[in-house]
Amino acid sequence: MKTQKLSALAKTIRSKNAGVNLITFDIIFAERATYERVKRAGVLTRETVCKLYRIPDQRISDFVEFDPGNAIKFTLYRLRPSGSPGDSDIFGAQQYAPLLDVEVPAE
Amino acid sequence: MRSLRIICPNGHLGFAPIRVESFRLGVAARPDYIAADSGSDDVGPVPLGTDTSTSPLSWQTHDLEHMLLASRELGVPMIIGSSGDTGSNSRVDLYVKIIKDLAAKHRMPQLKLGYFYSEVDKEDLRRRMRAGETVAGLEGYAALSESELDATARIVAMAGVHPFIELLKQGADVIIGGRSSDSCVFAAPAIHHGFPAAQAYYLGKVLECASFCAEPYGGKETVLGEVTADAVEVTAMHPAQRCTVASVAGHAMYERANPYFEQVAGGTLDMSECNYEQIAARTTRVSGAKFLPAAEFRVKLEGAGKIGERYVGMVGIRDPYTIAHVDEVIAWARDKVRERFGDAGYDLYYTVYGRDGIMAELEPMRDKPAHELCILVQGVAPTAEMAEEVCMIGTRQMFYARLPDVKGSAGSVAFALDEVLRASPACRWTLNHTLRCDDPLELFPTHMTSAGV
Repeated sequence: MKTQKLSALAKTIRSKNAGVNLITFDIIFAERATYERVKRAGVLTRETVCKLYRIPDQRISDFVEFDPGNAIKFTLYRLRPSGSPGDSDIFGAQQYAPLLDVEVPAE
Repeated sequence: MRSLRIICPNGHLGFAPIRVESFRLGVAARPDYIAADSGSDDVGPVPLGTDTSTSPLSWQTHDLEHMLLASRELGVPMIIGSSGDTGSNSRVDLYVKIIKDLAAKHRMPQLKLGYFYSEVDKEDLRRRMRAGETVAGLEGYAALSESELDATARIVAMAGVHPFIELLKQGADVIIGGRSSDSCVFAAPAIHHGFPAAQAYYLGKVLECASFCAEPYGGKETVLGEVTADAVEVTAMHPAQRCTVASVAGHAMYERANPYFEQVAGGTLDMSECNYEQIAARTTRVSGAKFLPAAEFRVKLEGAGKIGERYVGMVGIRDPYTIAHVDEVIAWARDKVRERFGDAGYDLYYTVYGRDGIMAELEPMRDKPAHELCILVQGVAPTAEMAEEVCMIGTRQMFYARLPDVKGSAGSVAFALDEVLRASPACRWTLNHTLRCDDPLELFPTHMTSAGV
């Protein structure tokens, strides 16, 4: 089996404000087994998120593996609060796109 | 009572109209309360900074009319939190007036209309700070300084369940709330009727966004929550939607940094040991929520300040050489603004769509711009006249940018509009803080009036 993109494995990949100074990202899987596989693969961790978004670790406020929801969730500090002039994503709703192409290795 | 049932038709009343079909199904289920939250800090700082709504009056009225008619039809209370997007005093007054007008229009028998305010007076807050009170910052904000307070136009405090319960005790048929935690709109009646805080706050948590806790995805549909002494059951009212273990657990994550904990005035809802169970095709049962009372009663404050007046302009670029040198085009235009107005006293922002307009520094592909770009220019200054000129120079001078090797010498950018447009004033969130209070009601004065004939 070849590697698969996260977009082919996850049910939901989204970003959204969590208050005025944070954007939270949810990667939700329909099946427990897929969720566990992505966790085991280690492709979604604090380190990989930092690399993907090219940010220092201090930009991450929370990183949670949320078993009840079969979901991996992380939250980033904004550089300036939402809706400040120059901010082009007031709801933080379009920040997830780079996650779609994360490659998950076959097992 | 053994259980209490509440329907929620909309997760942000007014922002988009409720879907009437599932709302009527919810009403037909004969709930004990009809409730919705009408605010959000998602809409950015402009509504609070300028004391306006981002939702149109006709949509606000549409939803309030459906809810009020249903509430009178069933003879059950109706509760609204965070009126008019921000929950400022003017928005509460607006909603109180809408309810009164609707009650008169439909010749409703007289009803008790309770309301409360959430605005915090700047000078009151300054006195508390000078008396030694720390206004503590949340999520990366430093403790509040007087200069940030000075830069603030308006502050609202986030009410918990307390003013709602106070008005329910006084027999309100309709409650119009100032800024309040979404979940407390629903938790308040549950606590008022004696249900445990843990279940009451969880009921609020799951209902606050209406059908966002259901699947398949579809907003603005009604959901019904039922609370008992030891669990909450939530049911989708739209025939094609279901509340599943996945959709309900998934909603616990939505819009929050941590899926296990929810802070409200007076404590924390702990969802870390929740059990989710599908008990019917469209119903999920959740048990195991806990509520941890806070050692100190702290209330969240939101504040916004106006930075200046704002104009926007827009240009397009197609020449690949110009696209590769777009930063030099922008620098040229910035320089022309600097020649006219100097280095300070205004702000100029360029958002380059097709390169990194949406994600800015988070964009992994910013070094691979598209074959065409759109650039949004924002000029901000103390007066509208100056903002217009800052924006006009910053936009039009891109046309005249001098790049050494450009082939096209008749204009560096394309205009869809050869003008700049007035936008909402530029604002920013100045307060995202908490304040200690002695009395849970001290920031939230309650009032009772009547509506109907």
